[in-house]
Amino acid sequence: MAELLQLLISGLAAGSIYALAAVGFTLLWQASQTINFAQGEFVMLPAFFVLIGMTVFGLPLWLSIVFGLALALLILGVAFKRLIVEPMLPHGTLPLVIATIALGLLMKESVKEFYGATAQPFPAIFPQTVYNVAGASVSVQDICNLIVSMLAIGSLQLFLNRTRTGRCMQATAQNPAVAEVLGVNVKRMVLYTFLINAALATIASVLISPIYLAKFSNGETLGLVAFIAAIVGGFNQIRGALVGGLLIGVIDNLSAVYVSSEYRSAMPLILLIAIILLRPQGLLGTPEGRTV
Amino acid sequence: MTMQPQAHIKPVLSVHNISKQFGGIRAVNNVSFDVLPGEILGLIGPNGSGKSTLFNCILGQLRPTEGHCAIKGRATDGVRPADLSLMGVGRTFQQLSVFPKMSVLDNVILAGQEHEGTMFSRLFSKGDAGLTSKAEQLIDFFRLTPYRNTEAGSLSYGQQKLVDAAMAFMAGPDIVLLDEPAGGVNLTMLGYLKDRLTTYNREHGTTFVVIEHNMEFVMSLCTRIIVLAQGEVIAEGTPDQIRSNQMVIDAYLGG
Amino acid sequence: MTRSRITLLALAIAALVVAPLGQGNYIIYTLCSWLVFSIAAMGLNLTLGYAGQVSLAQAGFMGIGAYITALMTLNGVHWSLAAFISIVSSFAVGLALGYPALRVQHHFLAFVTLAFNTLLFLVLRNEEEITGGSFGLVGMPRPSFFGISTDGNLPFYYFSLVCFLLSTGVLWWILRSPWGRAFKALRENPIRAESLGLKIRRQTLLAFAIGSAFGGLAGAMQTPLVQFIEPGSFALIHSLKILLMVVVGGSGFFFGPMLGAAVVILLPELLRFTEGYYLIIYAALVIVLMVYSPNGLIGLGQKLLEKVRPKHEARHDLKQGVSL
Repeated sequence: MAELLQLLISGLAAGSIYALAAVGFTLLWQASQTINFAQGEFVMLPAFFVLIGMTVFGLPLWLSIVFGLALALLILGVAFKRLIVEPMLPHGTLPLVIATIALGLLMKESVKEFYGATAQPFPAIFPQTVYNVAGASVSVQDICNLIVSMLAIGSLQLFLNRTRTGRCMQATAQNPAVAEVLGVNVKRMVLYTFLINAALATIASVLISPIYLAKFSNGETLGLVAFIAAIVGGFNQIRGALVGGLLIGVIDNLSAVYVSSEYRSAMPLILLIAIILLRPQGLLGTPEGRTV
Repeated sequence: MTMQPQAHIKPVLSVHNISKQFGGIRAVNNVSFDVLPGEILGLIGPNGSGKSTLFNCILGQLRPTEGHCAIKGRATDGVRPADLSLMGVGRTFQQLSVFPKMSVLDNVILAGQEHEGTMFSRLFSKGDAGLTSKAEQLIDFFRLTPYRNTEAGSLSYGQQKLVDAAMAFMAGPDIVLLDEPAGGVNLTMLGYLKDRLTTYNREHGTTFVVIEHNMEFVMSLCTRIIVLAQGEVIAEGTPDQIRSNQMVIDAYLGG
Repeated sequence: MTRSRITLLALAIAALVVAPLGQGNYIIYTLCSWLVFSIAAMGLNLTLGYAGQVSLAQAGFMGIGAYITALMTLNGVHWSLAAFISIVSSFAVGLALGYPALRVQHHFLAFVTLAFNTLLFLVLRNEEEITGGSFGLVGMPRPSFFGISTDGNLPFYYFSLVCFLLSTGVLWWILRSPWGRAFKALRENPIRAESLGLKIRRQTLLAFAIGSAFGGLAGAMQTPLVQFIEPGSFALIHSLKILLMVVVGGSGFFFGPMLGAAVVILLPELLRFTEGYYLIIYAALVIVLMVYSPNGLIGLGQKLLEKVRPKHEARHDLKQGVSL
C-alpha cells in the first residue's frame, strides 16, 4: 500500500510535467494546426539556456532561469512561428510536420555538438528532502513539481477563460475566420499561443532536468509522451492534455514496478493504441460531428 | 393548390415528416414532400429557413430528430456519401468543388470511375476505366471541350461550376441535388447554366432538387417549388403560383 | 508513353546496369543500399505522396520483413518464399494498424504508426530468444537463383536491381490504373471525392497497406545485403529517415523517392568533411527546403524550369467554348 502511494505521488509529479508539454502541444494544434514533432526538444532545450546563463555569464540560478525563459520565448516562440510555421501554413500540415521533425533533429544535434553529449547536472530548485509519510517515502521535490505545474496550468485556464485576451485566443482557436470578423487580432493571438507554449516548455524543462539531468536526447521520450498524453486525454482540450499527462505519468511509474522494466516504455504506447481503437476522441473529448 | 403525386408513380425522393432540433431551436419542423421522376424541384426560403438543414438531412449528413428521408425507397439516414453516390445520387456543392490540379477530363472521369466494377477490379482495368468517350461527350455537352486537358483549378469560376455540374452527371444519377448552383455566377453564365440543366433534364429525365437563393433562377428553371420559412413549408406549387402567393411575398419582404 | 520517354527510361535502366561495373565493393554496397531504400521510400510515397497520410513506421515494416526473412532463411527456407511471406505480413500488419487509425480524422495514422514502430523496437530488443535481442541475428545466406549465387557483391547488385525494377513496375501499374486518379483526388479534395462514390477510407487504407508491403520487401532485401540485423536498424529514427527521403525528393512524384534516397544516402558521404555538424546541416537544409519548396527537390526543379522557359500557352480567350 505504501509502495503504491509512493508510486502514485511520483507518477503524478512526473505526469504533471508531461502535462505541461502536452498542453502546449494541444494549444499549438488548436491555434495553428501545427503538429509539433519537436515538442520534446522544446522541453529539452531551455535547460541548456539556463545552464549557459549560469556557466557562461555567471548568473545566479534564478536570473539564469529568467534568461532561459527570455531566450525560449524568443527562439521557441517568436522565431519558430515567424521563420518556420508562418511561411509553411499555406502549404498544409504535411510539410510543416516534416519541418518540425527536422527542427527537432537540428536542436538535438546542435546541443550535442555545441554543448556536449554527456548528461549535465542541473541545479535543484527545490530541496531534495524525502519524508516518510505512512511508510511511503515522499520527496519534497515531487510535491513541489506537482504544485508548480498545476499552478501553471491552472493559471493558464484562468487566463483563457477569465481575461479578454484569453477569450480572444479561444475564439481564434475555434474559428479564426469568425474571430477575424469580430475584430480579434488573429495573428497576435496565434503568436501568444506560441509564446505560452515556449513558456510552458521552459517550466517543464526547469522542473524535469534536476531529476533526469540535462541531456541532448531528453526530447525523444518527452515528445512522444507529450503527444500520447494529448491524444489520450482528448486532442482538443487543455483539461484532456492534463488528465492524459497525469495518467501517463502514473501508468509509467506503476508499470516499472508491476509489469517489467523492459516493457515499461511500451505501456503508454499500448494505452495510446487502445484509446485510438476504443475512444478515438480521447478520454475527455467529445466526438466530432461529420461535416458536409 | 398542392399538386398531389400520382399514386402509380414511385417518387425518387420522399421526405416524411422531417423535423430537426438543434438544442432549443427547431430548424426544420415536420416537413413532408415527394419528388417524382423527371421533376425539377426548387427548394427556396430566406436565410435561416432551414433549407440547408433539410438538404443535409436528405443527404444523410444530419440525423433528423423525427421522420425520415428515402431515395428510391431507401432511407438515407446514416448512409455514407460514397454509398449515396453509388445509390444514384449526384450532388454539387455550394463552394467550388473540383480537383484543381487535375485536368477537366480527369475530373469528369473520376466522377464516373468509382461506379465501374469493384475497387479490386479497377486496379486491373484500363487507366481511364473505359470512360474517356463518355466523359468527352459530357464535356462537350457543357461546351468545355477546349479545356479538356486544362487543369480545372485554372478555369474561371463559372467554368469550374460547369465542371462541377458535369461531375454530378457523369455517373448517370437518377437524382441530382444542386446546392445553390447560381451562387456567385454572373448573369450570362446563369442563363447558360439554366439552359444546360433544362436540356439535360429533358434529354435524360434526371430528377433535380435545387436549393437556391436566387428567385429568378429558380422560377425559370424549376417545374415545382417548395418555399420554406422558419423550418416549415409555407407554400408549394408551380413558379406562377408561387410568384403570386401572398405568404411568400411576406416571408421574403420582412414578414 | 511518348517515344522520348521510352528512350529516357531505357537509358536510365542501362545506366543502372553499368553503374557498378569496375567499382569497388564499398560503392557497390552503397548502390545496393540505395536500391533497397528506394523501394521502401517508393512504398511510403504511395502512402504519403499519393494518399496523403503520414506513416512513421516504414522502418518498422522493413524490420518485419528483415526479421521474417532472416529467421526463415536461417532455417533453410528459400529467400523468395521468405520475401513473399515478409511482403504479405507487412501488408496484413498495415491493414490491422490502418483500419482503426483511419476511422478518425487528423493525423492519427502518424501517431499509431509512431507508437507501433517504437513498440516493435521494444519487442525486437526484448524477445531475445527469437530475435537475438540487441545482438541481433547474423549469418543469413544470400540467395541463389537457378544455381546462380548472389554471394558476390556484383551479382547481389543485379539481384537488387531486378527487385527494384519489379517494384517500380508494380507501383507504375497501380498508379496508371483508375487508382492513381483516385489517389490524386483523395489528396486534392477528399470530400468531393467521397461524394462521387470514392470510398476514401478503404482506398487510403489500401494505399497504406501496399506502401507497407513495399517496406516489407525492402526489409527482406536488407537481410541478405547486410547479413546482420539488429533492432536499432529499424528504430523510429530510420522511419523518419525514409520519410525525409520521400519528402526531400518530392512526395507525390514518381521518381521523387529514388532521388530522395540517393540524396539521403549520399549526403553523409558528401558532408563527411563537416564531421559532427553533418546532421545539423542536414536538418537545416530540410527545413529550408520545406519552407521554400514543400514539393521537394523535384518540385524545386520544376519551379526553376518554369522560370527559365515560360510555357507557350494559347490564350484562353482565343479558344472556342464557354468562357464566362
